[in-house]
Amino acid sequence: MKNISIELTVNGQAISSTVEPRTSLVDYLRDELRLTGTHVGCEHGICGACTVLLNGDPVRSCCMFAVQAHEQTITTVEGLAPERGQLSKIQDAFCEKHGLQCGFCTPGMLITCQALINKNPHPSEAEIRHAISGNLCRCTGYQQIVDAVVHATQEV
Amino acid sequence: MSNLPITPAQFTYIGKHRRAVEHRRFVVGKGNYAGDVLKPGTLHVAIVASPYASAKILAIDASAALVLPGVVSVVTGAEINAAVLPVLPGVDAPEVRRFPLADEVTRYSGEWVCVVVAKSRAIAEDAAELIQVTYEELPFVLDPEIAISDASHHVHEKAGTNLIFNRQFVWGPVDEDFAKCDHQLSYRVKWARSSTVPIETFALTCDWSDATGILDIWASVQMPKYPEQIANALKLSTNAVRVHYDVDVGGSYGVKRGLKHAILLGYLAKKLGKPVRFIEDRLENMRGGDMQGPDRLFEVSLGFQKDGEITCMKMRALEDIGAYAGRSPLQLGKPVGAISGPYRIKSVAYLAQAVLTNKTPQEAVRGFGQAPTNYALESGIDKVARFLGMDSIAIRKRNLINKDEFPYLIPSGTHYDSGDYATVLDKALREANLEELIKQRDTMRADGKLAGIGISSCLEPSGGNSSFEPLFNPKNETTTWMESCVVKIDLGGQVTALMATSTSGQAHETMVSTVVGEILLQEPDSIRVLHADSLNALPSNSPVGSRMAIMLGGAAAGAAKKLRAKLITIAAAQLQVSDQDLIFTGSQVHVANHPEKNISWSELVAIAHRKFHLLPKDMEPGLQEKFVWEVPTGGELPDDQGRVQMYPCHSFESHVVLVSIDPDTGKASIHRYVCGHDCGVMISPDVVHGMTYGGIAHGIGAALMEKFSYSPEGQFLSGTFMDYLLPSSSEVPAITIVDHCTPSPLTEFGQKGSGEAGYLGSPAAIANAINDALATINASIDYLPMTPNAIWNAIQEKN
Repeated sequence: MKNISIELTVNGQAISSTVEPRTSLVDYLRDELRLTGTHVGCEHGICGACTVLLNGDPVRSCCMFAVQAHEQTITTVEGLAPERGQLSKIQDAFCEKHGLQCGFCTPGMLITCQALINKNPHPSEAEIRHAISGNLCRCTGYQQIVDAVVHATQEV
Repeated sequence: MSNLPITPAQFTYIGKHRRAVEHRRFVVGKGNYAGDVLKPGTLHVAIVASPYASAKILAIDASAALVLPGVVSVVTGAEINAAVLPVLPGVDAPEVRRFPLADEVTRYSGEWVCVVVAKSRAIAEDAAELIQVTYEELPFVLDPEIAISDASHHVHEKAGTNLIFNRQFVWGPVDEDFAKCDHQLSYRVKWARSSTVPIETFALTCDWSDATGILDIWASVQMPKYPEQIANALKLSTNAVRVHYDVDVGGSYGVKRGLKHAILLGYLAKKLGKPVRFIEDRLENMRGGDMQGPDRLFEVSLGFQKDGEITCMKMRALEDIGAYAGRSPLQLGKPVGAISGPYRIKSVAYLAQAVLTNKTPQEAVRGFGQAPTNYALESGIDKVARFLGMDSIAIRKRNLINKDEFPYLIPSGTHYDSGDYATVLDKALREANLEELIKQRDTMRADGKLAGIGISSCLEPSGGNSSFEPLFNPKNETTTWMESCVVKIDLGGQVTALMATSTSGQAHETMVSTVVGEILLQEPDSIRVLHADSLNALPSNSPVGSRMAIMLGGAAAGAAKKLRAKLITIAAAQLQVSDQDLIFTGSQVHVANHPEKNISWSELVAIAHRKFHLLPKDMEPGLQEKFVWEVPTGGELPDDQGRVQMYPCHSFESHVVLVSIDPDTGKASIHRYVCGHDCGVMISPDVVHGMTYGGIAHGIGAALMEKFSYSPEGQFLSGTFMDYLLPSSSEVPAITIVDHCTPSPLTEFGQKGSGEAGYLGSPAAIANAINDALATINASIDYLPMTPNAIWNAIQEKN
């Protein structure tokens, strides 16, 4: 099948690429753009490690083709910090509350938490647990992730 | 060995909240995982796997694959296995040989048969589908109890048996003790085949250079003696394999061993002269990644008196290791070092049996076999309580080793270093508010739900001594399991430490910098910690066996103490006093009671690095020290009865859980979870708590959800996260950890291990809670996982 040209915005930057139609969005981000912060855990939409923001909404980038991102806006973990050298509130809170260990699920988890906070700036613990229930973590038991989100959203 | 303070409050940096150094790179997406490594010109790999439980490979036709544009090579077992040496099991079973690709016969569904190398992973997968393999199906065996019978087909014909390890240990007068007991109770429990299932699959890149003669490996590995085993299999010299330990590992908890992966890719990289990369997809990981975990049937008899005193135990453990063996049979060995749990059981008979079946092989899983054994023993404690009509807490307290009995010698020859078990249990019960918990349980029962409270009390042997190697294989005389660290102070006075292994989430850089900071009284955040590669590393046995706080922490402290001593000696020469008269404060060294007679850190550094004329005679210039630490209490072979000091340190945990069961669906929900935990002095409390929370979540999975299933035809049924269920934030409740600190007398700061914490006791506590709930309808379940279906069936049987 013929390669297809796409134009999209990734972390605020306009990008043009030519991709194989079957290339998944996550493979495109990781291999073509070398944005390796977004991770691949299961490639069938369960673990959430590959979660990115598509026009502000969290989506599984393993279950989406790169061509479907044509003329869309993508945010990956590399685009969360307000400026180079700084951390976003949620990134900072994950560090402070030890909301991660191996760091592998962390990018997807941060994206999901950011999407939650964007819609609901002061979520309850139950709302946090519900929001992250589609992101699997094998290290933390979720406790310190919940603590981190509480920390990030209570501190005003 | 310590002259430092042993109460946490007296430390400067140890035991304090501190942001982990590693987090900074992870939260901005700048980790360096094996899957992120992409060398120019890299070739990619896809695997062709056998669909049969066992089959003979008659022919492999790769012609259609080889003409696909972008395909570089197809390699079969016949080719690679002629070129490499097989990997042998950790027990003495030389005919159970494992090659990276099947050697004429496939022995489990999913076993790797051949491999395609192509310019992209997608092309490699396309080509893999074009390869035609002709098989002749062979007999197979899935049930471990059938596999040990004389009539069974042998998984490895030449081995002549499926039972590759079978040893009866008898420690103490077991039969006499049983004869003296008022009662005895026998039961069977089964721990299901599950694993740690990290979110990152195994990934690696291998790159061979003809120019240097070095095979470079970037792998998501947690494995002792990894480079040496790869070199041996590939017939390379051991200094021709360089494993890059600065790769961040995306979770492991024991299983990331990847030996066959590295032998396969090392062979391909050398053959093709190009970097070769393989990142398992999830199915490859679960099916042929050889990372399934313990699958163990227990038959236990406990002998006890009518007052609840348990005096003796017989335990048989039959471990279904799958089709090949690496270190998996040894997972029956670690529990020898805590076979009687935290109890004063006086005599024990232990029959350890490892059996081959036609399933995916096992690898080391968090706790190295201790969690299943703890589950078996703790189930029994509740059964004894029910039998005697006693409270299960009272039974535990009746039998727990008292805090003034340490060091305590258990029947299998291990001394427990220290502990205060009853206090930890009490603290957990207090935190859980037992009276309130009972009220809640009874209210739920009154509302028509099944509800129960579960307790467990168990040990986490830590410090990774690996005495199970000579215990389970007398040909293996390994008695050291050392760990190393290099610490240096540079010309600018800055401190850098070099550790010798990879990290998979345990925040070793944080731990080492905290420890070195504590000794040298330097701000830990100013201390850089690097991961060596295997060629410039000193010996390491990797982060297994809950050992790094003890062993790497001890090694880092040892090297830092040598540096501190050297700085003091330089100062003594300058101030013309003896070393003993000096006080080290980090910023300076001064004469005791005379702070004005001092010499600064920067001046001491300048003398060591630049002013040789001021250095004491015969002193080596510069500031760099190594320390290689032997496991405390290690160094001995087992005696002829199989008595051995297994691990040096023994952490303790006690879990208290309230569950309810929806009688219509069988679904269990956890309402309260408290874990009392004592791992001595915590170097990094955030890290210890994090691992404990994670261990409990992992235990919830093992208890309620996770199982690698096989069809009666030997087909693997759990290759996705829709079939193999991992606990999410919906299943894992809020957890309360209650700390207690009984320092270990054997370690630098009083620390013990904690990498397996939580997981070692949570399955037992949850199972006990569910059986407490089911006891109200006279039902019980004696196997894991207690899925909704399993619980529903147990309820229906009573209706």
